[in-house]
Amino acid sequence: MPRSSKGCDNSIATDASRKVAPNRRLFLTIEQSAPADLRQNGIQPLLEVEDLQTHFFTRRGVVRAVNGVSFSLMPGETLGLVGESGSGKTITCLSLLRLLPRGARIVGGKVLFNGQNTLDLSEKEMERLRGIRMGMILQNSMAALDPVFSIGTQIAEPLVVHSGLNWRAAIERSIDLLRMVKITAPHLRVRNYPHEMSGGMRQRASSAASIGPHPDLLIADEPTTALDVTTQRQYLELLKELQQETGMALIFITHDISIVGNLCDNLAVFYGGLVVEYGPKDQVLNHPTHPYTEALLEALPVLGEKRERLRTIQGDPPYAGNLPPGCPFHPRCDKVMDRCREGDPPSIFNVGVNVGKMQKTRCWLAE
Amino acid sequence: MIESTTERASDVIIEARNAVKHFPVKSGLLNNRSVGLVRAVDDVSFTVRDNQTFALVGESGCGKTTMANLILKLLDLTSGEIIYRGNSLVGMSSQEVKNYRRNVQAVLQDPYGALNPRMRVGHIIGEPLEVHGFSRAEQAERVAEALQSVGLHESVGSQFPHEFSGGQRQRIGVARALTLNPDLIVLDEPVSSLDVSIRSQVLNLLKDIQAERGISYILISHDLASVEHMSHVIGVMYLGKLVELGDAELTCSEPQHPYTASLVAAATPPGTTPAWPIPIVGEVPSALETPSGCSFHPRCAYAMPICSQEVPSLAPTEDGRMVSCHLYPDEIKKIDKRAPIQVAQGISAASS
Repeated sequence: MPRSSKGCDNSIATDASRKVAPNRRLFLTIEQSAPADLRQNGIQPLLEVEDLQTHFFTRRGVVRAVNGVSFSLMPGETLGLVGESGSGKTITCLSLLRLLPRGARIVGGKVLFNGQNTLDLSEKEMERLRGIRMGMILQNSMAALDPVFSIGTQIAEPLVVHSGLNWRAAIERSIDLLRMVKITAPHLRVRNYPHEMSGGMRQRASSAASIGPHPDLLIADEPTTALDVTTQRQYLELLKELQQETGMALIFITHDISIVGNLCDNLAVFYGGLVVEYGPKDQVLNHPTHPYTEALLEALPVLGEKRERLRTIQGDPPYAGNLPPGCPFHPRCDKVMDRCREGDPPSIFNVGVNVGKMQKTRCWLAE
Repeated sequence: MIESTTERASDVIIEARNAVKHFPVKSGLLNNRSVGLVRAVDDVSFTVRDNQTFALVGESGCGKTTMANLILKLLDLTSGEIIYRGNSLVGMSSQEVKNYRRNVQAVLQDPYGALNPRMRVGHIIGEPLEVHGFSRAEQAERVAEALQSVGLHESVGSQFPHEFSGGQRQRIGVARALTLNPDLIVLDEPVSSLDVSIRSQVLNLLKDIQAERGISYILISHDLASVEHMSHVIGVMYLGKLVELGDAELTCSEPQHPYTASLVAAATPPGTTPAWPIPIVGEVPSALETPSGCSFHPRCAYAMPICSQEVPSLAPTEDGRMVSCHLYPDEIKKIDKRAPIQVAQGISAASS
């Protein structure tokens, strides 16, 4: 587990307290930091990401996968992270969980979860946080589930490890969870192995495992990409329902801007390791202000819309190891100006161009 | 050979007549006995005309790719016929097959898997020409021409596939399909593995090529929005059968089969109401145990007793489209398509 340089420095400070009674202390930390008081006044965001930078250090040089991402998330809110492959959305979320692959390091920024910078936590503390407060659903449910354990065991395991239930109670609870994700005959299905289920069912089962410990935040990384169109719709409905039942906040990662509409409150559009546009869903989808969002929405065929030709975006998405100077979108932008090629465009949260109604865009044009 | 009597033969480029492909499922080490039959393509008939795009849509496992492989003659029919310009594919001599493949080319889904990483792009595009005995000079000329028509520079011929992005690779795949001047190209999910901002480039390119060269396409896809944009005729498949066949625009704006209606509803952008909002329930059943009667009846909101007993046949409706559903021609008139539907079966309701 690569730790950020910042995290390393600060974890030394917490070392002393860890030596005393690590388990007990950790348990208390987690229990006591329940954000009940914060939630009541409803102002404090659950998650604040400030200028997050995650780079990969490879033999061929530095790959700036996440290059200064900022957003915030209120409890119970759904945020959609939309972007093409390589735009940094998955690495952003893996940075939040500190589950980065080898060679990647968080080199700057802050991740405030319930007001606490998770980059300062020790690996042990982070483990607890991941087990209880944050959950994640992966794209490929076949890879997310272990083929040699039954579904019930896999849903029960985090409950035994993190919530302190015994196995019998945990299996009982996993039957409830399977019922919650609308799997028929859950008391029978609990004994099934992943290969005995269909793709849609597996994705439901792995969601049941993630929401088992009642996380405050669930990160769903392209959970519908491997599913069929019709199963996809059903799964999105389920996710929405689960969220309403549990009140958790949801980060929904997708490359398909057309499916976020019903689910998300806010959208963050990623391009070249940056959030280029952020705002309420309706604003972003109906009145995009960044040329990339605008072009992307026009480039997609929409059912029931007659067009002879689709709008094309020239060129290819940039490789994070070789980002152009200035705005990462400028080589493909048809409204490019001289200043786009030089300095960074206004940062969303610090300088920011506020286009009204909470919508923010990272483009000089909006000024 | 067989001449089509109902259609003007010159117009029709390819016709499937009651095409059937069954795969036996075998089990056991020694006796290898057959334990079941997957009816991947079951009695499918359609025609594709010159300069037209015919789309096959459906969920995974519905048999659309098997149908494509049958047309490319990568698989042989169990029964039925596929007729190319009046000649049946069944019983073709190897010389005839070679000629056929010169006229019918394919673009595959995965541009990373479809190109040999050890061959230079020029060689990849020129290989079909080599197989068909073109001279070196002709090869070079046609490769350059094909590259030009997909918007790539001639000089890329000396590069290797890994030097290109996904969108460019798919262009190379299209260029390879174009070199032999085919009159039909089978496109198997041509854009689904491409980045969203690249998809429109490839879709526009395919449309331009069609307008320029008058090529017919068979487009296999699960994405109804791009299918509507690209095609003239849509065939909707469910568990190996065609359930609806007709004009692309009409199929998407006024779907006839309940399954098509729920596909359209699932693809309708949020904020607009689909013409016949049927929520889909459950999942596609295993192809080994297809339901009796109409294979869609366990998921259908309008299932009647007859649906589980009798297999409906693909029959024309009033506006000339075809649908395979017991609701037609009478029951459909009693249905209020705007009325909300109570979902009473499938996964969603069986939770308590």
